[in-house]
Amino acid sequence: MNGTVTPSAALVLEDGRIFRGEPFGARGTALGEAVFCTGMTGYQETLTDPSYYRQIVVQTAPHIGNTGWNDEDDESARIWVAGYVVRDPARIPSNWRATRTLADELDRQGVVGIAGVDTRSLTRHLRERGAMRAGVFSGETLPPEQEMLEQVLASPPMAGADLAKHVTTAEPYVVPAHGERRFRVAALDLGIKSNTPRMMAERGIEVHVLPASTSAEELLAMEPDGVFLSNGPGDPATMDHATEVTRQVLRHEVPLFGICFGNQILGRALGMSTYKLRYGHRGINIPVIDVRTGTVAITAQNHGFALEGEPGERFDTDFGAAEVSHYCPNDGCVEGVRALDVPAFSVQYHPEAAAGPHDAAPLFDQFVAVMEAKGA
Amino acid sequence: MPKRDDIEHVLVVGSGPIVIGQAAEFDYSGTQACRVLRAEGLRVSLVNSNPATIMTDPEFADATYIEPVTPEFLEKVIERERPDALLATLGGQTALNAAVALHERGVLDAYGVELIGANIDAIQRGEDRQKFKDIVRSIGADVPRSRVCHSMDEVRQTVAELGLPVVIRPSFTMGGLGSGMAHTEEDLERMAAIGLEESPVTEVLIEESVLGWKEYELELMRDKHDNVVVVCSIENVDPMGVHTGDSVTVAPAMTLTDREYQHMRDVGIKVIRAVGVDTGGCNIQFAVHPRTGRMVVIEMNPRVSRSSALASKATGFPIAKIAAKLAIGYTLDEIRNDITGETPASFEPTLDYVVVKVPRFAFEKFPGADPTLTTTMKSVGEAMALGRSFTEALGKALRSLETKAAGFWTQPDPAGATLESTLEELRTPRDGRLYAVERALRLGGTVQQVAEASGIDPWFVDQIQSLVELRKQIVDAPVLDEPLLRRAKRYGISDQQIAALRPELAGEDGVRALRHRLGVRPVFKTVDTCAAEFAARTPYHYSAYELDPAAESEVAEQRERPKVIILGSGPNRIGQGIEFDYSCVHAALALRDAGYEAVMINCNPETVSTDYDTSDRLYFEPLTFEDVLEVVHAEQQSGTVAGVIVQLGGQTPLKLAQRLADAGVPIVGTPPEAIHLAEDRGSFGEVLRAAGLPAPKYGTATSFEGAKRIADEIGYPVLVRPSYVLGGRGMEIVYDEQHLASYIERATEVTPEHPVLVDNFLDDAIEIDVDALFDGEELYLGGVMEHIEEAGVHSGDSSCALPPITLGVTDLEKVRASTEAIARGVGVRGLLNVQYALKDDVLYVLEANPRASRTAPFVSKATGVPLAKACALLMMGQSIKQLRESGVLPAHGDGGTLPPEAPVSVKEAVLPFHRFRTPEGQGVDSLLGPEMKSTGEVMGVDSSFGMAFAKSQAGAYGSLPTSGRVFVSVANRDKRAMIFPVKRLADLGFEVLATAGTAAVLRRNGVPCTVVRKHYESAGDGEPNIVEMILDGAVDMVINTPYGNSGPRIDGYEIRTAAVSRDIPCVTTIQGLAAAVHGIEAAIRGDIGVRSLQELQAALRAERS
Repeated sequence: MNGTVTPSAALVLEDGRIFRGEPFGARGTALGEAVFCTGMTGYQETLTDPSYYRQIVVQTAPHIGNTGWNDEDDESARIWVAGYVVRDPARIPSNWRATRTLADELDRQGVVGIAGVDTRSLTRHLRERGAMRAGVFSGETLPPEQEMLEQVLASPPMAGADLAKHVTTAEPYVVPAHGERRFRVAALDLGIKSNTPRMMAERGIEVHVLPASTSAEELLAMEPDGVFLSNGPGDPATMDHATEVTRQVLRHEVPLFGICFGNQILGRALGMSTYKLRYGHRGINIPVIDVRTGTVAITAQNHGFALEGEPGERFDTDFGAAEVSHYCPNDGCVEGVRALDVPAFSVQYHPEAAAGPHDAAPLFDQFVAVMEAKGA
Repeated sequence: MPKRDDIEHVLVVGSGPIVIGQAAEFDYSGTQACRVLRAEGLRVSLVNSNPATIMTDPEFADATYIEPVTPEFLEKVIERERPDALLATLGGQTALNAAVALHERGVLDAYGVELIGANIDAIQRGEDRQKFKDIVRSIGADVPRSRVCHSMDEVRQTVAELGLPVVIRPSFTMGGLGSGMAHTEEDLERMAAIGLEESPVTEVLIEESVLGWKEYELELMRDKHDNVVVVCSIENVDPMGVHTGDSVTVAPAMTLTDREYQHMRDVGIKVIRAVGVDTGGCNIQFAVHPRTGRMVVIEMNPRVSRSSALASKATGFPIAKIAAKLAIGYTLDEIRNDITGETPASFEPTLDYVVVKVPRFAFEKFPGADPTLTTTMKSVGEAMALGRSFTEALGKALRSLETKAAGFWTQPDPAGATLESTLEELRTPRDGRLYAVERALRLGGTVQQVAEASGIDPWFVDQIQSLVELRKQIVDAPVLDEPLLRRAKRYGISDQQIAALRPELAGEDGVRALRHRLGVRPVFKTVDTCAAEFAARTPYHYSAYELDPAAESEVAEQRERPKVIILGSGPNRIGQGIEFDYSCVHAALALRDAGYEAVMINCNPETVSTDYDTSDRLYFEPLTFEDVLEVVHAEQQSGTVAGVIVQLGGQTPLKLAQRLADAGVPIVGTPPEAIHLAEDRGSFGEVLRAAGLPAPKYGTATSFEGAKRIADEIGYPVLVRPSYVLGGRGMEIVYDEQHLASYIERATEVTPEHPVLVDNFLDDAIEIDVDALFDGEELYLGGVMEHIEEAGVHSGDSSCALPPITLGVTDLEKVRASTEAIARGVGVRGLLNVQYALKDDVLYVLEANPRASRTAPFVSKATGVPLAKACALLMMGQSIKQLRESGVLPAHGDGGTLPPEAPVSVKEAVLPFHRFRTPEGQGVDSLLGPEMKSTGEVMGVDSSFGMAFAKSQAGAYGSLPTSGRVFVSVANRDKRAMIFPVKRLADLGFEVLATAGTAAVLRRNGVPCTVVRKHYESAGDGEPNIVEMILDGAVDMVINTPYGNSGPRIDGYEIRTAAVSRDIPCVTTIQGLAAAVHGIEAAIRGDIGVRSLQELQAALRAERS
């Protein structure tokens, strides 16, 4: 090394490993949990997914930004990821829907990124050591390595983080049903994505999106046909309020459907415990087996925590029997639970996809069927 | 519910000879299928006429039938083997068509054979364009507007509605044969007529043009539980209008948002379900409008395809293997992902690298052929490369091709090229158009201009623009420092390219020295299907350069077993095809068995050698000096490299031998000096003189004057050719001084470094091909092949028989003694191929190649001895004596002493003439000569020559006629020799047509015949001339030998191209005629049976002992 070239961006991991690269997007410092995402498409949806709040996302796909940024594919009102790590950002976008570049959008929203990293080495490191705290630092000059590491070590860990309150809607809002309204659903927003109410609306559901702090009384007072628990960031073990609301809903036997974070909350309401996965499931190619039918769905996932349980396991709860209805054949991880005596089910993955395959979309139809059965 | 228990015996159908559009990928898929089915405990029978395949090795099936892949022969095999099921979805279009024919003839029903993988309905729904379009519409997806037509009138009517341009696609042809884009009325008339002709059901689809739309493909798999996964998306850099086989393609898709990609995935899944591919794979092609995003479905293949092979190699997801398992009842979640070892196959691979495939063309072999790329596939092979970015993969892919240009900037720009001329050039797709893209940008064109002219997506054009910018930095930098060098390497720029930009670095070697001094070396990453989410167990590697100092290499240490690195043969091309891959695979298998760690380097995605479980380690890398050296370095770092094998992959590795040895790489087997001794005419002449062996008189010339002097001295005709070539590139037989002058003029590079060889041409000699093993002491004569065509036809294009059918014992003894003298004189250790010409009892040595030859697999199959395996072991130090003791070679005797009852094997070449047209739409000449033109070969084996020859013809061209009209027109020197065979044809009941001169001779000899006019003698009285008769289908076989000298022989040309376009047998040599008559006699007797290779070889072994 001749020493004349100073890298102006660095990714510092809490175990001391440092990856150098070039600044990408905004300049500055971003702290969060470093996780890798293996989707080859859908970076715009990933960046705007509230479940990635306080995470530094590493994209394993090497070329990012090829299709630019458009006005249609955001999954929420802003970019939520804390920091962004890529290998090769596109120099120009190419897509008929693109209105601007990814780099400009990151810059506009103040998201600090780093490019030129050997993202594969980084991914292998995270796979072996687990997701961990990290910091992206970029600018004309960077602090000394020790100083950067200290900042990372001073940041709060993901375990024990209660984050839904930061991403939830401040005020309730309604997404009207497409066509005739058939059902009214109260959706607890723990970090909901735009496509979720959209897919429910397509099925004749009027969706009332409620702040995470909504009480069970307020929620039940709306007399919803069903209750929906959204995805969201953070440690499910901190979600005592949402768990209690869920227990009330179960007690009243209102049909309930949860996804992702919502799956963990239903699980907790049913008495299951949660744990942090070493590096999580973040991708759009993850197989899930439905225990009853044995069929496989390829699903979009984004979770760092999971429910304890065995595929097909049946257990007793305060609300009657329940079962582990879905699992991931890659690692046996619980991917869905179903109450057998009350109308409630949930999955750990994203039937609304965006980004990701649509294999699980029929779960929304199943939710409709449960509400129909209850109403009949 | 795992495997079905009602299937115990499966008949696997292969794809026959390698042709354009159907290449080695089906050996790869068929081999995987056979392996899987046998591992599941099923009995496997196999039919494939192509001896150069791994799948037809006797150990891969219980009963291997090297028989023509035609319904007639398949029925004979079914009758004999009584399989429960037939698997045709892994043998390309040939196997699929054969399966449909068997169904239509009621054979499958009669013998109770179930079609597995895809049933008849699914095949027809996928292949019948109209049915397919209806299905796509019924699931709510879009298709280009179109209509199926059966006559020219219907065609004209349809175009009146759709408007020009339109696409013409004949039904049931493979590789897009006969299809194309009509821009004008004239195009339409001509192309639709050809299309109707090419279609076996006289049917073409006339379709709305989607020319210039973005083109994508998805590879899908479905199991019996209706689980569907998308294995891979592929984006074509060349937009719609260029056949995907001729396009530069990229995986994964680069310019789709998730919304668009998921829409494509949804449609793909609905299509595979609606078409009803129950258990297996399929490939679906899409077009997307670049400005509106309208997506239409173009077509599907309800089977494993060329793209499936590419997708398998690109992702590490073995489609063919899994398709075979699904076909016998497994579901995706029951099948393990080999690479991770833990996760199931029910997932979708995700890539953290970019894969680029580039096609390899051979237009130089077919003078006059239109080099424009259209919807008819014309490429003969392909190279694939992996990199951590598009530019890195592209750079590696371009240099993998072994074309004159080895990546950008390695050849001068065409004289007088301007931005305007280059943009104009880009409007018509041709071979190497990415070079024109780069040139246009370098000459100041904008990304927009280039994208508009070429139709290539701006993202790809901009990637090349980034290279143009980097080039400027490299050229302008005062000194090439480490950061800039690292950046250049990261963008896929080779040492050779850098050397071209920085002349002061003293060439590629200087750049490499600098690079190594600065510590700029690649890291090796792993293809793992999952972007590193799970640990990979299979060492399937590719190189990449990272800027990041924290970059990691993933090559595992292995210090227990010595490593042997096998250099493969690179992209298929005419002259170097699957036969060389066969030998490389055999070496890998033999070395693994012998306790070595076999390491393969190759860049051809179609092959068995690039299957991750063929060798212990696979490096998917270009076979250039730079790339090979880096792999050797990585392997030396991780263990002990006992040797590098350059002898088995054809000319590609052989030409690296000396440089690798100079760089200290341990080359095993025949040393580079010995290779030089055999390849350099002067030194080889010395070897022959020392051994007292005659060779045709020859001389070496560096100018016309020199060549003329030599030709005058040794006498015309002479054979002229450049030195150091494979496949006879640029060879010609020259009959007079005038043609000699024109040859020298055309041979652009005649310099002291690149002299021209002038040989005495032995007219009417018998050519003999020999493959032998030599260990330094003892010779094992692998096989002696007698060519059916006379000397002068390239050995790769001529048919041959083993054992030799007319050679006597003394001839064979001479062959043995000469071969041993050459092996000893050259210093061979391993395989050696020698070509001889026998004339007037003198055995002339034509040439010797100290490497595995094209015929090694044929000889191995015909004699039941694995020559390439034996070669690999010899190279690692074993002796022939030891190999005889261990059973690799027979205990006594060899290929020169086959027992009298040994069956006769005939090899026939398959030629691609019907795929090429001149820009005016005429066929190209089908004449054979000293330059090799065939793409593949078939083998016919039976107890007598006639039957074996008949099978070889059936395998290559469809059957010989057993009745009808035969047209005869031969050169004067052949008139005497043709009398007897033509008389025999007349006696067998053929009607003989002949031109006046030929007819006179025949009549004088009592052969009744009808005189027909030559084509230029048309009298205009309505009486058709011979060309018209052939085109009308009134002739069943053509016998036409060329008149005298080389160059365009107008009359014969018209006749032969007519025969080619009608796909009727066209015999162009008198020897071929004699063989054809033998074959016809055998076919008329109708007693041609089928026997498995296992039975034939067991009989041979019994007779030997």
